[in-house]
Amino acid sequence: MAEGSAQQVAGREPAKVATQLGLGRPALPEEIKAWDIDVRPDGRGLPVGKGTAKQGDEIFQAQCASCHGEFGQGVGRWPVLAGGAGTLKADRPDKTVGSFWPDLSTVFDYIQRAMPYGNARSLSSDEIYALTAYILTMNDVIKDENFELNEKNFASIKMPNAAAFYDDDREIAEKQFWNKEPCMKNCRPASPKVTGRAISVDVTPDSKAGPKVD
Amino acid sequence: MSDRSSADILDRRRFLGGAGLAGASVALGAMPSVAGETAKPDPLITEVQDWSRYLGDGVDKRPYGSPSKFEKNVVRRDVPWLTASAESSVNFTPLHELDGIITPSGLCFERHHSGIAEINPADHRLMINGLVDKPLVFTMEDIKRMPRVNRIHFLECAANSGMEWRGAQLNGCQFTHGMIHNVLYTGVPLRVLLEEAGLKPSAKWLMLEGADAAGMNRSLPIKKAMDDVVLAFAMNGEALRPEQGYPLRAVIPGWEGNLWVKWLRRIEAGDQPWQTREETSKYTDLLADGRSRKHTFVMDAKSVVTNPSPQAPLRQKGRNVLSGVAWSGRGTVKRVDVSLDGGRNWQTARIDGPVLDKSMVRFYVDFDWNGQELMIQSRAMDSTGYVQPSKEELRKVRGVNSIYHNNGIQTWLVRSGGETENVEIG
Repeated sequence: MAEGSAQQVAGREPAKVATQLGLGRPALPEEIKAWDIDVRPDGRGLPVGKGTAKQGDEIFQAQCASCHGEFGQGVGRWPVLAGGAGTLKADRPDKTVGSFWPDLSTVFDYIQRAMPYGNARSLSSDEIYALTAYILTMNDVIKDENFELNEKNFASIKMPNAAAFYDDDREIAEKQFWNKEPCMKNCRPASPKVTGRAISVDVTPDSKAGPKVD
Repeated sequence: MSDRSSADILDRRRFLGGAGLAGASVALGAMPSVAGETAKPDPLITEVQDWSRYLGDGVDKRPYGSPSKFEKNVVRRDVPWLTASAESSVNFTPLHELDGIITPSGLCFERHHSGIAEINPADHRLMINGLVDKPLVFTMEDIKRMPRVNRIHFLECAANSGMEWRGAQLNGCQFTHGMIHNVLYTGVPLRVLLEEAGLKPSAKWLMLEGADAAGMNRSLPIKKAMDDVVLAFAMNGEALRPEQGYPLRAVIPGWEGNLWVKWLRRIEAGDQPWQTREETSKYTDLLADGRSRKHTFVMDAKSVVTNPSPQAPLRQKGRNVLSGVAWSGRGTVKRVDVSLDGGRNWQTARIDGPVLDKSMVRFYVDFDWNGQELMIQSRAMDSTGYVQPSKEELRKVRGVNSIYHNNGIQTWLVRSGGETENVEIG
């Protein structure tokens, strides 16, 4: 804990305890079941259940479309769920479930814990499987609206952008920023010129109303 | 003393004194009396003022104090067009109104995903489950009986300055850099709780989960969890504010704010990351080649001049104090350089106050201003030798689609009248 101890003036480890504290109580199986809702890419944590895109379409229109649009195209500033394929190198990439998300489990986990917005934890497992299947068809990852998604075939579905993520490599890829002797005098040949101004963009609160959403 | 009378006095002072309190758009640089003009006595000195004559409020009139009514403009502010709803949104710390290194609890920027969870601490539970010997449930009382620590750390949202990737957009360091605060946390090292539950050797990652209606969840490597992570119940000497995760939050020193799960209710140990919505669809860095960096947890060294800045222009010629803050998620801030000519020449600023691990520092440059145009920049260097890059250098390696982790050098243009604006230079 070399880094962490740098803030301890006395330089002692206050939290090392030789024996167990005896605080806390065992979590009961029913309690773990009630809270342990997370789902991982390998399918760990998926509940038993099933649903088709066709069933999901109906649930989506009732529960989700007011924010995400009938086809996942988004309403206002609410997230776009579908489309955007091939835009990730573009000037304005569309990062959707289909174009960007590396794992399908993220969809299930997020719907299960946080959706619908304002009424979280209200959907059944079957409804979440159906919604997940519908989002897959919106994104052309599955084509058959009668395809049934369930806990057994879930982890076999691969997302289009899955291979495009890699671990943080800043310390290697950006090693030129570790430069113990930065320039102090005459670091640029001439005085710089202003090339852009926030006041021209004119979107700062209090200066004027913000722009229409894009 | 009524509000009305004090407001009248304030207005009169502005009118008579040229005290320079007027807004940025009004004529600036009011100077002391012009040579040859007879100096007039200041009525604020020659006349007895109400506050010097009449009794003020007694004790307990303000049982939980709030700032002076003359500071009512010092507040968090949001950018309404950024988000779809106030419950899933962010507001910004008014950095230009602060000094020293501690952010007042009421000004720490807020970022929620499903609004503020209002939780009675007596009803709060923390569960530890997954790859542990004993799944456990703790109450807040249990947690407050554990050995505790005090740490001053910055909390920066990875999206801080994220609106500026493509160019100067927002005119104020509150908006360009205000998704950061720096406070004293009191809590229990996470290691203590994990040792109580007994981690299995196969446990490599933790999932932290909030009790809010977003069930906010993030994956955290065990190594970091066992190093310096704290589960905090107090900030700046008082209980956490509800908007900061009352009654319990994670403190992940030096790492992006999204990991600092608020209203923390559950920690699960596992053998791999969870790939939650927050760590895949968000908080990954899309580079120009269409690939994305993930697990970019550390916040790189960064700094910003808070005064002068667009909401805090230069008001007086002659002696002035340039002030700013710097921080690094990799260690301590070793040095801050300041340029007044857009990065052509640099001088080393004076750091004053505590210099702590993964904490803000405060820096100053005392200087004379004769009304010339300035292009002010600051450049932080940390204990690992990392030097804050220019925006140009950063865009060269990251492109402009990253959104997160924009730590490029900020430029403020001070015009001859003192008005200050956010600019890009080339």
